[in-house]
Amino acid sequence: MSGAPPQITFTHVAKSFDGGRVKAVDDVSLQVGRGEFLAIVGSSGSGKTTLLRLANRLIEADSGHITIAGEDVRAADPVALRRRIGTVFQSGGLFPHMSVAANIGITPKLKGESGADIAAKVDELLDLVRLDRSQFRDRFPHELSGGQRQRVGVARALAASPNIVLMDEPFGALDPLTRDALCDDYRALHEKLGLTTVMITHDMTEAILHANRIAVMRGGKLVAQGTAAELAQTDDAYVGELLSTPRRQAERLNALLPRGAA
Amino acid sequence: MSLLSDPRWSEAWGSLPDYLGSHVRVSVAALALGLAVSLPLAIIARNRPVMRSLLLGAASIVQTVPGLALLALFYPLLLAAAALTLSWFGFGFSAFGFLPAVLALALYSMLPVLRNTITGLRGIEPQVLEAALGVGMTPAQSLRIVELPLALPVMMAGIRTAAVWVIGTATLSTPIGQTSLGNYIFAGLQTQNWVLVLFGCAAAALLALAVDQLLALIEVGLASRKNLRTALGGAGIAALVVATLVPSLASTTQAYVVGAKTFGEQYVLSALIAQRLKAAGLSATTREGLGSNVIFEALASGDIDVYVDYSGTLWTNQFHHSEIKPRRQLLDALKTELARQNVTLLGELGFENSYALVMPKKQAEKLGIRSVTDLAAIAPALSIAGDYEFFSRPEWTALRTAYGLKFREQRQMQPDFMYAAVASGEVDVIAGYTSDGLIAKYDLTALGDPKGVIPPYDAVVLVAPKRAADQALKDALSPLIGRIDIAAMREANLRAAGGNSNASADAVARWLWDKIKPKGM
Repeated sequence: MSGAPPQITFTHVAKSFDGGRVKAVDDVSLQVGRGEFLAIVGSSGSGKTTLLRLANRLIEADSGHITIAGEDVRAADPVALRRRIGTVFQSGGLFPHMSVAANIGITPKLKGESGADIAAKVDELLDLVRLDRSQFRDRFPHELSGGQRQRVGVARALAASPNIVLMDEPFGALDPLTRDALCDDYRALHEKLGLTTVMITHDMTEAILHANRIAVMRGGKLVAQGTAAELAQTDDAYVGELLSTPRRQAERLNALLPRGAA
Repeated sequence: MSLLSDPRWSEAWGSLPDYLGSHVRVSVAALALGLAVSLPLAIIARNRPVMRSLLLGAASIVQTVPGLALLALFYPLLLAAAALTLSWFGFGFSAFGFLPAVLALALYSMLPVLRNTITGLRGIEPQVLEAALGVGMTPAQSLRIVELPLALPVMMAGIRTAAVWVIGTATLSTPIGQTSLGNYIFAGLQTQNWVLVLFGCAAAALLALAVDQLLALIEVGLASRKNLRTALGGAGIAALVVATLVPSLASTTQAYVVGAKTFGEQYVLSALIAQRLKAAGLSATTREGLGSNVIFEALASGDIDVYVDYSGTLWTNQFHHSEIKPRRQLLDALKTELARQNVTLLGELGFENSYALVMPKKQAEKLGIRSVTDLAAIAPALSIAGDYEFFSRPEWTALRTAYGLKFREQRQMQPDFMYAAVASGEVDVIAGYTSDGLIAKYDLTALGDPKGVIPPYDAVVLVAPKRAADQALKDALSPLIGRIDIAAMREANLRAAGGNSNASADAVARWLWDKIKPKGM
């Protein structure tokens, strides 16, 4: 971990549902440093989405502490907190009755920025996520492809100039080519804008290729965290299994695709 | 005569601005009130399962109450409320007409609005709701910016259903004193004027269609974000409301209001009274089709100024007396009772409209029946029909106990159909009205009441407390007192039931006046 103070910390955080019967997050402690790109990996039901929702208080923790930029989230106004954090939702979460421009400009509008400022910002963001301004500004979500929708989702998350971006399986529903291109593009934005990003994914390959660090969750518990190289050193069977899949695939691909043919 | 040149059309057209205007006003007010109550309730209840099922359950129960009954129930309810506010705060309000109609119709409009609003709001994808909070909306902003716009198409469908229901059901507000397109229907049914009935139904249907289409325009405009359509639809509705307000603002509010109950004779007599008032230079309007239970209270509270009632009806129904007095004594006692409520009994018109057991003359002769006593012996083999109130009236109880009457079957019927039913043998005996012209038309006979258990039913003119000292009114109506005998009234009633172009209440009233007017007038 670098010397910079952590942007997000979870300290012994727990959250259960159904009156305590389902422990979705079970005593998790985790830190995300400034400028870091952390991927949280786990199968569905592992508690990774719950952990993310705790950070911007879409749900409240039962116990433990969570801080964002040094501030305890329980002391913050949840609405102001969410306006400071960019969020990219599964399959976009765009508002179907609003144009692309209105979707992207929603958080600045909620903060009371002027229409002209918002319009300028929307065009800038469309450039940033590589969508043509004049072509996309006035379209509606149902007129976009899955990848375009997710690009708008990213633009919306960045509209209020946040330092922190939370992404909940943002590219899960896309075809592999689109997904790879989008992920690369986002990673570039992350560097360019100096963001701190937490991305949830069930795809270890995606995590290894794009994140600085990976946290692995299983049954509500954090079973391992570290760089891909560090994870490879652990003797946890589950983590080993997660890592073996992309490696095996890579080896089979190498065997099947003659070198120099591509 | 061709259908279009029938003078009843022009008569119907003449009342259209008033009836349509009142209909639109009461419908729009009821719908607005219904929306103002239902929308917030639906929004509050959408995430509260218990409240939601209670609300929808209550609204469903309201929907099962027949419209006519719901409207009628609000009248005594408001009457009691008005009495309370009068004694507590020193002011009362009219429990008649507009207010009970608006409240009942608003209640009636709630189910589709509640159900569709709740369904629409709950049908929004959870990811969208989470995104709304996630981008930093407060719950109120999420509702306004995301949830309501997305639920709007479903909500509008509910609002359109409610609008059509309210406009249709508003035709039933006539008996509680609210003028509506139902006036055509009620008057037409009573006088067998099918042109009027059709006219009323068609007008109500067209109004409902027009409002539905305007709301559809708004709905499409909102859904496709085409502001022009939304504005056109809104402007259409606004224009409809304004257009119906103009004639009512122009009309004078000083007019005398003449009430009429829901049967043909009452329509003729109210038309006659209105004509006499107009002849004396006073302005007069009629409020027709008022329920028998509503009309006296409406007079006592000053909502109507004058109407014709019957001594026996007042004696037994209004003042709840069970003992029957001879004619003069009953009238005197009645005057005393009425004076206590400051209601003036201006005088008797000169005929009685009493209940009588009626059967075909030939049948009565064949069976040797002359009076109810004779009838009682063979009644168990016969069937009887009466109007909607007869079998719950004290006369029926009195007849049964005094003569030991017991019939094989008893049925309720629209009064105008009873006479044809007994003439054709559909039923054997009916409880008819002695002044009804159909008795002569169908060759029926009214059976005698030797024990005198049916009270006398002299037609009397009643005047509201606020007009008690109104000499102009009394002068205008005094030529009617004692002038209408049973033969004249029967013939007038027969004409009114004629179902032809001379059968309008106005035409018959003019005929009756020509027949009875004192020489020199």
